[in-house]
Amino acid sequence: MNRHRRILTTAILLMLFAATGAGLVGLTYDNTADIIKHNHQLVLLRKLNTLVPPEKYDNDLLNDTIEVAGDDLLGKKNPSTVYRARKNNQPVAVVLAPTATGGYNGSIDLLVGIYADGTLAGVRVVEHHETPGLGDVVEAERSDWITKFTGKSLRDPADKRWKVKRDGGDFDQFTGATITPRAVVKAVHAALLYFAKHREALFASNKPAATKEPDKGANHGS
Amino acid sequence: MAAEQIKIVKDGLWNNNVALVQVLGLCPLLAVTGSFVNGLGLGLATMMTLILSNTCVSVIRHWTRPEVRIPIFVLIIASIVTTIELAMNAWFHELYMVLGIFIPLIVTNCSIIARAESFASRNPVFDSALDGFMMGLGFLLVLITLGSLREIIGQGTLFANTHLMFGESARALELRFSTDYPGFLLAILPPGAFIGLGLLIAVKNSLDRRSQQKQSARIISAQPANA
Repeated sequence: MNRHRRILTTAILLMLFAATGAGLVGLTYDNTADIIKHNHQLVLLRKLNTLVPPEKYDNDLLNDTIEVAGDDLLGKKNPSTVYRARKNNQPVAVVLAPTATGGYNGSIDLLVGIYADGTLAGVRVVEHHETPGLGDVVEAERSDWITKFTGKSLRDPADKRWKVKRDGGDFDQFTGATITPRAVVKAVHAALLYFAKHREALFASNKPAATKEPDKGANHGS
Repeated sequence: MAAEQIKIVKDGLWNNNVALVQVLGLCPLLAVTGSFVNGLGLGLATMMTLILSNTCVSVIRHWTRPEVRIPIFVLIIASIVTTIELAMNAWFHELYMVLGIFIPLIVTNCSIIARAESFASRNPVFDSALDGFMMGLGFLLVLITLGSLREIIGQGTLFANTHLMFGESARALELRFSTDYPGFLLAILPPGAFIGLGLLIAVKNSLDRRSQQKQSARIISAQPANA
């Protein structure tokens, strides 16, 4: 009998600690979830602004979005969000979110900004699992490699030069890290092809937030 | 009392160093020490966790039962690490963007449960917190030494990317030893971590042996004079 009581009190003790621990984590989550979400939005907007400078557009970039279906050129099976920048309701740029699939370790999520005339506004890596110290040179914080895309387009360089130098292209690779840059170059090129193919649809499929007939996506923030 | 605390300090930093003597926590240690700033980031986060977990474990040490103490320690450590991660994500988002990947790694560091089990569960709160701090500091020092070594040899730089932690003004801290350094890949890859840690342990052991020999030489030379 004594033994049973001991087992019971031990179990209750363990349960109390588990409940306290879970409670602590839950409480922290509850208190931080909104701030974390807000932080993510701010970071996203700041990232978008490094691609398309804020003075070039006047719409609500975070909310003027459309969902596009998955496409091999975007490296995605699932729909993804496209952000549209406009000034005086004229299309300025889109920001696509393609995924580079040929990375060293899993997929590399990118943001690719493309001006209405088809030149690249810029490319940024959003998330990746490449080797720290090697593959992470594609992060803008660690090297300026990713900024070399700015101003490039499908005509400059020509199609077959859209490769890393080792493969006979125009883009640098790194000592010990060829695979990551190769994957990124390929994904950016594919994103440009995607844009060329779907340009009209990307800009036109719903009305900008300012017009009197708000569509889905455009009126999220209002 | 004071002598006991001096022993805690010495144990943590040198005699019983987590990385060099106990050889615990190798997974995060070897994984992130590619550069100084990575080592510093993980070191600080680990130290914070060690102090908090040691303190908590010491506070509740009279209420646990021996048969469930390990699960309880695991619960405490996991809760603390998750809480730290969430709090940093919310209030120190910039720092979190840099350290984010390291923080879940702390859970895999068995030195934390080792300190909880072998020290904090048997000692008063202040000593336990001090032990956590000193063990964490000892770990931190090894991390930044190994990180610096690998960064210097592997990339020819030191303190690169410290602005990720200390803001833009720290960008000037970066030392570049040669403008045309080709890089030594082995040092950055995992084998470099193993070799580097092995060398650090060897250096520590040889230093220890030398001071031991000096001590015994002193005893031997002192004896004939007594006789």
